[in-house]
Amino acid sequence: MRQPENIPIPASFSRDQLQTVGDIFVENPRIQCRNVDVYYGEKHAIQDVNLDVGRNEVIALIGPSGCGKSTFLRCLNRMNDTILGCRVNGEIKLDGLDIYADGLDVVTLRAQVGMVFQKPNPFPKSIFENVAYGPRIHGLASDKFELEEIVEKSLRRAGLWDEIKDYLRHPGTGLSGGQQQRLCIARTIAVNPEVILMDEPCSALDPIATAKIEQLIDDLREDYTIAIVTHSMQQAARVSQRTAYFHLGKVIEVGDTALIFTNPRHQLTEDYITGRFG
Amino acid sequence: MQKSTLLLLLLLISVYAFHVGQKRSQEIAQGKIKNLHSLPKYYGYYTALWAFLPALLLLFIWLGFESPVINHSVIETLPEESRSLSNDLKGLLINDIHNSLSGSAGETKPELKAAVEYLRDLKIWSNWLLSFLAVSFAFMGMYFARSRIRQGHRARNQVEKTVMWFLLGSSLIAILTTVGIVLSVLFESIRFFGKIPLSEFLFGLQWSPQIAMRSDQVASAGAFGAVPLFTGTLLISSIALIVAVPIGLMSAIYLAEYASLGFRSVAKPLLEILAGIPTVVYGFFAALTVAPFIRGLGADFGLDVSSESALAAGLVMGIMIIPFVSSLSDDFINAVPQSLRDGAYALGATQSETIRQVVIPAALPGIVGGILLAASRAIGETMIVVMAAGLAANLTANPLEAVTTVTTQIVTLLVGDQEFDSPKTLAAFALGLVLFLATLVLNILALHIVRKYREQYE
Amino acid sequence: MSNQKEDSKYSNQGIRTHQLVKAGLPRRRAKENRFKAYGLICIVAGLGFLVILFGNIISHAWSAFEQTYIALDVTFDESIIDPEGRHDLETLTTADYPALLKKSMSALFPEVKERQQKRSLNGILSSGAPYELQRFLQQHPALLGKTERVWLPVDDDVDMLVKSQIDRTVGEADRRLKDFQIAWIDKLIADGRLEKRFNKQFFASGDSREPELAGIRGALMGSLFTLLVTAVLSLPVGVASAIYLEEFAPSNRWTDIIEVNINNLAAVPSIVFGLLGLAVFINFFGLPRSSPLVGGLVLTLMTLPVIIIAGRSALKSVPPSIREAALGIGASQMQTVFHHVLPLAMPGMLTGAIIGMARALGESAPLLMIGMVAFIVDVPGSLTEPSTVLPVQIYLWADSSERGFVERTSAAILVLLAFLITMNGLAIYLRKRYERRW
Repeated sequence: MRQPENIPIPASFSRDQLQTVGDIFVENPRIQCRNVDVYYGEKHAIQDVNLDVGRNEVIALIGPSGCGKSTFLRCLNRMNDTILGCRVNGEIKLDGLDIYADGLDVVTLRAQVGMVFQKPNPFPKSIFENVAYGPRIHGLASDKFELEEIVEKSLRRAGLWDEIKDYLRHPGTGLSGGQQQRLCIARTIAVNPEVILMDEPCSALDPIATAKIEQLIDDLREDYTIAIVTHSMQQAARVSQRTAYFHLGKVIEVGDTALIFTNPRHQLTEDYITGRFG
Repeated sequence: MQKSTLLLLLLLISVYAFHVGQKRSQEIAQGKIKNLHSLPKYYGYYTALWAFLPALLLLFIWLGFESPVINHSVIETLPEESRSLSNDLKGLLINDIHNSLSGSAGETKPELKAAVEYLRDLKIWSNWLLSFLAVSFAFMGMYFARSRIRQGHRARNQVEKTVMWFLLGSSLIAILTTVGIVLSVLFESIRFFGKIPLSEFLFGLQWSPQIAMRSDQVASAGAFGAVPLFTGTLLISSIALIVAVPIGLMSAIYLAEYASLGFRSVAKPLLEILAGIPTVVYGFFAALTVAPFIRGLGADFGLDVSSESALAAGLVMGIMIIPFVSSLSDDFINAVPQSLRDGAYALGATQSETIRQVVIPAALPGIVGGILLAASRAIGETMIVVMAAGLAANLTANPLEAVTTVTTQIVTLLVGDQEFDSPKTLAAFALGLVLFLATLVLNILALHIVRKYREQYE
Repeated sequence: MSNQKEDSKYSNQGIRTHQLVKAGLPRRRAKENRFKAYGLICIVAGLGFLVILFGNIISHAWSAFEQTYIALDVTFDESIIDPEGRHDLETLTTADYPALLKKSMSALFPEVKERQQKRSLNGILSSGAPYELQRFLQQHPALLGKTERVWLPVDDDVDMLVKSQIDRTVGEADRRLKDFQIAWIDKLIADGRLEKRFNKQFFASGDSREPELAGIRGALMGSLFTLLVTAVLSLPVGVASAIYLEEFAPSNRWTDIIEVNINNLAAVPSIVFGLLGLAVFINFFGLPRSSPLVGGLVLTLMTLPVIIIAGRSALKSVPPSIREAALGIGASQMQTVFHHVLPLAMPGMLTGAIIGMARALGESAPLLMIGMVAFIVDVPGSLTEPSTVLPVQIYLWADSSERGFVERTSAAILVLLAFLITMNGLAIYLRKRYERRW
């Protein structure tokens, strides 16, 4: 996956270059996307995207507003199904199985591919109930003790346990923004997914809360595959191993995060990273 | 002159006054409107208001005092023995005289002939005096306003101030209505509780106002115990809610979460038609079709169902309030932010799990508010129960028997002869007071919950 | 390391999770489908009620638009009508028309001799038939002394039999028509003398104790007058109130109280407004009982909250930028509202007002309290005459025991619903036509 050192990197690609620059393939991928197109009614939101997501890696999806990175993320656990008039063409495979196949139940898919949203969205229930909700509906705990164990483990994993262990019965909406977001992450972990999608998880948070979440993402990488959409290039650089740059619904460049930020190959990527637009 | 003709005449004078004022201001402006403080039309309005409002005020005052003054002077002309009668009898006498004048009483009694003549003269005289005064007020107002027009006269501000008073006054009518309701039911209720103790009314188990009338005495103990009416009202309202809440709520859920846009745009307005149908139609439907149907159905199962069963009235009332539950619930379900649904879907919850465990709990306060409003509607509903429920005050919880309700009794007590000194008529106002207070509490509670809920998501 | 250990534990658990989710899936999907089905069933039930209600009313109502008439050959015998030979209109109004009709009926059934039977025979005719005959002769005075075939309304029982709403198979004792009467009627039908014709009476006359003579004209006029009063009072006051509360009212306690108060009034049971009308307008101000004036006043108070609430939301939907634009070029607040905001909000306000009026038109409970429930035959001609309104007329007829009133009640309901649908349709049209998105 690493770009061999000896290949000379061209100074720039022309702006109308359509082929994705960089290595879209990884060995033993968790998610494979091939020729993915997404339409919102007439609007062609995602155009012919090919991308792999490896195991236990954090991939950052960056790009200017409206470039389709969130839309693409929502394709990966079929959250787009809830949007009226949204169509997805192409092939997305999770562990080699097509997630848009007819026989596949979206419920199992979403149990495997969890998602954390831009704005923290705890349910108007207690903290305990928030985390216990997923295991409960899926029947993951055989008794009350097991459920409590899952809740505690998830909250610990999300780094929230010490802060709120005495307030488990308090409403989740009463926490601070950063705590709420970590609660949402704990809620996602409690289902024990394989992949976690994060849609700008820190955009509504202050810097300290953001730092905690970033630390958490780094920790979680050991167990999960994570795809994160972010507006902040620093964040992408800090948490991800690979980065994909989206522009007007297309993946322009994919590659090792370090390389993308230090040595972008496509003109558009460079423009974006150097702050010429975006 | 008829009062309506007079009013029309006053309006015409005001239109004329508008022109007078406008013209006057143009004269004063000497061709340059810039010289005026306000546009000429405001001077027109100013003059018109001065012509119309004082005359209108006079008209209202006159209308308020005309009949008492006339009646008093007519009584004065009657012989001594009539003047010494009690107030009630005097009222009857005055009625007789008025009826004789309008010719609806047939033969005029000879001893009243002079009074009738006098009344006729007074009425004609009063009418002409009023017309003369009102028209002169109008013209005086107009000339007064015209004389006040100067270049710097702030006509617009004064017109706007008047309009402002009208706007403020209009919005106070709502307050006056409430005060009117409270006072009207309260006064008669206090008179009622002067005759029947409050505790007996609230806790008594016997309701038979008609018996009290027949024995021609102040009600014997237990005749005005309203408990059977309260239980009857509760029974029918509960049946209505048992029908309406599940159907309304599930319909709202289906419309908000599952239905396609096309289906929703057809089904929602159709359901709401149910709320627009006059209640008298439901009453007719209940009495003519539903009650016999239920009775027949009961007979098939060997049950003896009353032909005025609480079940029939409650069922039909339930149908009526389905839209109240469904459209409010629909609003509140839609107000639940999509992010909460997304959160649940992202965990792998199915749609029904999301709805039952996330959406409905989040919308619950609003839905409860809606149900309370529907309950208030059911308690106050009149025509359905008047037409389909019984009159006998049975203390029972059996929906197959006939029960009576608060509203039914109010109608029964007040339709027909009213005697404002008998507890029978006054009881209706006491029941009205209870009804008003009960619905007031429900409404305020519901409105408060709904308002709180709206703030939470806005 | 512990990390290593947890890692393997997690991946094991991952497989377990997957299996658990899969295992529960069929049950959850079934539950999902059931839930969705419940929702659909409830909507279908709600709409089903609507269909049953309308179907029920229409099926009862349609026959009321026809009335059975009998063809009688009436001899306008001068010796009966004008025995003194005065030849003036006065005689025509006071003449003994029942006698003419009796003669014509006897001519049809000469075999009926017995007194009791004769009375039954004449009972086939409506008790309003003599008046019909009188009107007919007054229009055609030239027929005096001649014989003419006249179509006259029959009694409601006969009408019901012809419309097959009386069950002939029921035992004679339980029937309002006896066997011999049915035999007469069958003979009349066979002779082509009984015919169902359009029921003009229903639209042209006021109330009556006889179903075949009863009409909704009086109630319609009463409703018209009542609504007129309501519209004239509630529109300006409602609009003014909405403007004040939305545009001018300072936000303080008083405004809050007014607002809560209006929202509450909108949910106060209508019968309570009736009590207010009785105590205040009739007992205190001494306005005439049963009159459209009082009815209109009561309905005004009831409709005002609806109009105010609709008006306020219409005003609220006008964006503040419009107000700022007008104020910015030096218009006074009053000018801003009346020149710019109000015209934009007017369609919305009108829609609310029409819906409020439609509700007032269908209202009956408060009008019972103020005596608009009296039996009134005459069609009212002014605001102060006793009258009734359409919904109350429906209530009165629904209470009558005669079979003939059932179909007339339903027909009156249809007329009422037609008015309501028209009004609501107009409101929807206005909303669609002038709807603006900002």
